[in-house]
Amino acid sequence: MAKRIDVSGLTAFYGSHKAIEDISMTVEPRSVTAFIGPSGCGKSTFLRTLNRMHEVTSGGRVEGKVLLDDEDLYGPGIDPVAVRREVGMVFQRPNPFPTMSIFDNVAAGLRLNGGYKKSELGDIVEKSLKGANLWNEVKDRLNKPGSGLSGGQQQRLCIARAIAVEPKVLLMDEPCSALDPISTLAIEDLIGELKERFTIVIVTHNMQQAARVSDRTAFFNLAAVGQPGKLIEIDDTERIFSNPSVQATEDYISGRFG
Amino acid sequence: MSNAVIAEKRPSTLRGASLPKWSPWAIAAGSVAVAVAVGAGTGLTKVQWGLISGLLFLAATYGIAAKVEGRRQAKDRIATGLVWVAFLVALVPLISLVWVTVVRGIKVLDVYFLTHSMGLVADSQPGGGIYHAIIGSLEQVGLATLIAAPIGVLTAIYLVEYGRGRLAQAVTFFVDVMTGVPSIVAGLFILSLMLIFDMQPFGFAGSMALAILMMPVVVRSTEEMLKLVPNELREASLALGVPKWRTILKVVLPTSIGGITTGIMLAVARIAGETAPVLLLVFGNRFINNNPFEGPQQSLPLYVYQQYAAGNEYAYDRAWAASLALIAFVMILNLVARAIARWKAPKTGR
Repeated sequence: MAKRIDVSGLTAFYGSHKAIEDISMTVEPRSVTAFIGPSGCGKSTFLRTLNRMHEVTSGGRVEGKVLLDDEDLYGPGIDPVAVRREVGMVFQRPNPFPTMSIFDNVAAGLRLNGGYKKSELGDIVEKSLKGANLWNEVKDRLNKPGSGLSGGQQQRLCIARAIAVEPKVLLMDEPCSALDPISTLAIEDLIGELKERFTIVIVTHNMQQAARVSDRTAFFNLAAVGQPGKLIEIDDTERIFSNPSVQATEDYISGRFG
Repeated sequence: MSNAVIAEKRPSTLRGASLPKWSPWAIAAGSVAVAVAVGAGTGLTKVQWGLISGLLFLAATYGIAAKVEGRRQAKDRIATGLVWVAFLVALVPLISLVWVTVVRGIKVLDVYFLTHSMGLVADSQPGGGIYHAIIGSLEQVGLATLIAAPIGVLTAIYLVEYGRGRLAQAVTFFVDVMTGVPSIVAGLFILSLMLIFDMQPFGFAGSMALAILMMPVVVRSTEEMLKLVPNELREASLALGVPKWRTILKVVLPTSIGGITTGIMLAVARIAGETAPVLLLVFGNRFINNNPFEGPQQSLPLYVYQQYAAGNEYAYDRAWAASLALIAFVMILNLVARAIARWKAPKTGR
């Protein structure tokens, strides 16, 4: 089910501004890969190139290759919509659809793509909400609006919505930065369970979080403001946090920079 | 004990003298009383009474507050006072308009008036009604909405969701230009087409002119509503692998449907009162004509104009009653729009 991602020589632009330059890495299936690095170094931009959401921003443009199990996402004839069904995404701020109920929010991806029966939908919604550890909290009010939930619940609702379409890869862009420690813990536990089924890539500013949840960690940095962000190194999380091979990584992790 | 002594010695720096809460009302009542006395004494008009009391109120507020509370508080009070006076000044024309229309219109406005035409009544006689004008207005405005609302909403969707570069700029520019087109010009444009094809006045010709007037208003209001939809919702939907057109149809439009409906209703209200193009293209009719595609029709604003031009007591009464019906029509539309907006608004669910 889960798929491997191979990135080679990826450069992304916003108009004429080069946001990230020449990034190559491999993301292993059924594992959690964390991206860390200072603000503005292009972690989120890079994440968004992995499911072709980067080009949704006006002026967004990408050079290089992203292979999803040997298929180039930027190859000719590739449908970005199909790519996004394989590579799901959870955003920084919880963003449930305000006009839809909890049930409809989870079913949104399936229903908007069509071709599902009511009974099937019910099963998938239950499975997805259980998968996101939210079922017990919302099973009695599936018809209430999703925006009535707390922030942490909303974020888990968004995760349920993302996994309902059965993607192969799940991208998470700082999924806990707007949440309190208890909700964060719930999401981190969830990530640990989800990696059995999905390939997970998570952007985080929280070093402890990266150390707790990820198997591999990638450190991004930029030479100066206005310069493109670059991948400094990627390695097993344990190694990055104990004995990184690049000095800049150690400086960043231990809080000594500049 | 020592604390109390210290408190007595040092007066609070945070507490100053302040006017009692009822003072603005008292000052207002006082200035109105003075203005009425002065006005009645010197024989001024009521408008002048109002102006005097407004100015007196502002001056008295500033003077008293400056004396008691200090200059900063006085400025604060005068700003509040200006807001209130401006509010009341704005209310005067609105209330007097509604008042005059209701008082004069209610005289002949009854079921008979609403259900009969002018077919057998001369303008100089009592009786008659506006049934034919209501039918005409409903059909012309309805058809205009059927044309303008979809085109306007789709144009706005193009501008917000797809429009890039020169084409979008050009569309925006021409929508702005169209917003400023006077209604008589829209009427003349359709009239020139009718003359080319040698056609006689009919209801749908008026609808087309009204649609030209309505379209830019719908585009503008819909555009603003679509821009209010957070980009995060679009991205959330796209990231689920939903195609862009379905995202617009199932996420963006439902989120903004309340505001879009309100905008369309307001545009309808605007064209419902148009007289000039109707006069040119629909011509007016004393009889009931249910077919908007053939023969002249009547419409409410045109009826008001023609009755008032007839210039006798009965015709005046009918003109006012028709005006009242027109205002009621627009007001009902507004209420419907508000109800829809509230019903469709995104729910908070707490």
